[in-house]
Parts: sequence; C-alpha cells; structure tokens
Amino acid sequence: MSKEYRLQAPLRDEDVIKLKVGDRVLLSGIIYTARDAAHKKIIQALESGSELPFPLKGAVIYYVGPSPAPEGRPIGSAGPTTSYRMDSYTPRLHSLGVKATIGKGKRSQDVKDALVRHNAVYFGATGGAGALLSQRIESSKIIAFNDLGPEAVRELVVRDFPLLVVNDAFGGELYAKPNLPD
Amino acid sequence: MRTVTSSDIADRVAEMVVRANRFLPPDVLTAINRAKGNESSPSGKEILGQLEENAALARESGLPLCQDTGMAVFFVELGEQCRVEGASLREAITQGMVRGYQDGLLRKSMCHPLTRKNTGDNTPAVIHVDLVEGDGLKIFFMAKGGGSENMSRVTMLSPAQGWKGIKEFVINRVAEAGPNPCPPTMLGIGIGGSFELAPRLAKQALLRPLDQPHPDPEIARMEQELLDEINTLGIGPMGLGGDTTCLGVRISMAPCHIASLPLAVNVQCHSARHEEVEL
Repeated sequence: MSKEYRLQAPLRDEDVIKLKVGDRVLLSGIIYTARDAAHKKIIQALESGSELPFPLKGAVIYYVGPSPAPEGRPIGSAGPTTSYRMDSYTPRLHSLGVKATIGKGKRSQDVKDALVRHNAVYFGATGGAGALLSQRIESSKIIAFNDLGPEAVRELVVRDFPLLVVNDAFGGELYAKPNLPD
Repeated sequence: MRTVTSSDIADRVAEMVVRANRFLPPDVLTAINRAKGNESSPSGKEILGQLEENAALARESGLPLCQDTGMAVFFVELGEQCRVEGASLREAITQGMVRGYQDGLLRKSMCHPLTRKNTGDNTPAVIHVDLVEGDGLKIFFMAKGGGSENMSRVTMLSPAQGWKGIKEFVINRVAEAGPNPCPPTMLGIGIGGSFELAPRLAKQALLRPLDQPHPDPEIARMEQELLDEINTLGIGPMGLGGDTTCLGVRISMAPCHIASLPLAVNVQCHSARHEEVEL
C-alpha cells in the first residue's frame, strides 16, 4: 500500500530510506533547478575544482526550464522535463550527496544502481501540467549560469510540491512495463 | 491578385502563438475528458484530472499550459494569387512569432546544436510553405515540445513489410518511449513519400482534429486499429499504467518509390497545442 509523506528539502538519509515506489510526497523547502546545459556545467565545475552553484549534500534537483514569470508571480509554468538526458551525469551527483531528482520518464540502470548505492530517490511530477505545478512554487532566484536563459540554475522555494516515488533506494520501479506480444 | 501586408501577418501570428500556448484545443480537451471516464486505473484517472485542471488554470491565468512552449512550427498555404507586401512571408511570420513569444512570456527554447547557446528569441521558426490555388493565405501553427519530438522516428521499411511492418514499428516505438513523451500521446504517421517527406506528412497529420477521422474509410479503419492495439499496451497516463496511452492516431499517406516504404512516427504529447489563422 502506498503511503503519503510531507518532507522538507534538503533531504536527509532518514527521509529517503522510508520511501517506497508509488509513495506520494508533498515536498517543501529549497530545491534547485538544473537541466541539460546546467548539468554539463556542474560536472565541468567539479572537474576543474571550481565553485558549485549549490551545496550537493542533501540536495533535490528539479529538471525544469520554466517559462518567464508574469508580473506578481515568482515563476511561469514549471513542469518537469524528460529525465533520461541527465542520466550520464546523475550517478556522480548522487555519489556526492544529492538525495533526489525530480523529472518525468525512465532512468538508466546506472542511475537506478546509484540510487541503491547512495540511498537516493527519483521522483516523478506530472509532465505537461506546468501551470498547475507552478502554483506550489513560492519563490525563484537565478543563482548560476544566467547566460543559459531558461536553463539557468534557480533556487526554488516550494510548498507541498506533489511528487510520486518512481525509483526508490531499493531498486524498485513504478512505471508500467508495456504488454508486448512475444 | 490579392495583397496581404506583412504587418497584418505578423500581428495575427503574434496573437496566434500566445493563444495556442494557453488554450488546449477543444477536441483534445474532449478526448481527455472522455478518457478519464473510461480509464480503469485510479492513478491514470487522477493524472487525466490534473491535465484538465491544468488546462483550466492556463485558460484563466494566462500561464502557458506547459513550460516547454515549443519549437514554433508553421505550415502555410499560400494562394498563387496572393501577394505579401512589405517584408517577405518568412520574415513576417518570424517577426510575429518573436513578438508573441516575448510579449506572451513564452519560453525561448531554440539553441545552437553543438554549443547549445540559446538563440534568445525562439528563432528560427520552422516554416513549411505550400503554394495552392486561389488567393487565400492560411497559416497553421504548432508549438512542438522537445520531449515528444525526441521520441519520434523515421525509418525506411522494405515494401514487403507492408502494413504489418508499419504496425510493428509504430507499436514498438510507443512501447519503447513508454512514459517519456508525456502520455497520453497522439501520433502523426507519415506513410510513403520520401526520406524527407514522410516526417513532414507525419507532423502535418497531427493538425487534424481528434474527432475527425481520415476521409478515406480504409485509412480511418487503420488509424482505429493502431489506436486500439496501442491502448492495450497498458502504459497509461504518465506511464503509470492504464488504458489511456494514446488519444488518437492520424495517418497521412503519399505514393513512394517502387523500392521504398518510408515511415515516420511523430509523437505528440497530450498538450497538443496548435492554432490556425486565415488572412
């Protein structure tokens, strides 16, 4: 039976270890946005030993490139982008303390193994519901790579951001396996 | 000869790109609502409900339906007796698109393919122009998201593979894409033509409303057959399992070389945003 949790980001090991595939999480606190180009730059920063845009320990990374904010709102539409494009970067980030990523779609076996090895989770948010999800974002601030435009790294404060545990720290997988004829 | 000014074109395009990103077409809304009624999976039902809620919120708030406001794809039918005055047709469409994306607070999603530097104004638009009879000017716009576009494929089948081979390729594509393109999806399928024409047919087929079956009853039957088989895959809304993997299959066919059977599958997410204007 799936459970519901309210969690506070950054996440601790004890938050992650209790999560199982199919559980619902309402996440509040500080999370960071990063997608394709930002991931590449974060890995470059790790390699050159330069400063990282945010502390990786306990971090939750949201794969999103929001639309511009209307006046009086912190952000525009802000739903998840497809996660597999970040797969080649993700295991390293988990090994350095990142506790969760938020996106949509399948992850590679390497990512799933990294979740088990480093006690981390992959959350799914509803794709194509960016207007709705933006209502759970209270503030947004660009903290790095401003030149990347929609791909810049943002610090978001979220309240009760609705998530599903798609891959847990025990090797579980939520996505349905297609019924293909043999 | 009828004359249309480029500034009129730009104004109408600017308005159209914003409208398309805020209002989900009625045929898509109806299909989502009907699917919600028929969906046996509770999580599937819930997701479809969220999509309806999202559409209502976008309509009321002016926020785009999805943060990925897309590549700007245009299909233009330009009458041979219609002349564009002022800037060129392409410039007019581009100017309107750029203004709409800027003023309508839509995301600029285009970049250099290798340096990945954002072009900053969502240019270039993808513009397909067909010369047609008469003096009309019709412009179709599609905001095409990257996630579903990435799940699209083109292949050159062997003529011997025929309909069976086409079905197998399409069904395997949907199965492999799984949750990635934001199901429930729609599929545009281009059969025949050439290596470059099949994907164009596939994309253009996505403009046909879901409640409008193909005028050729045989092709309409094929669309239904594919749709029914895809919906037994059990992928469901967002890949969480269920009966609603695909909301509609639309086929467009053209004759091809005797040696070939080109096939293109253009995957479209549930946020199937498109509009048209006539000038």
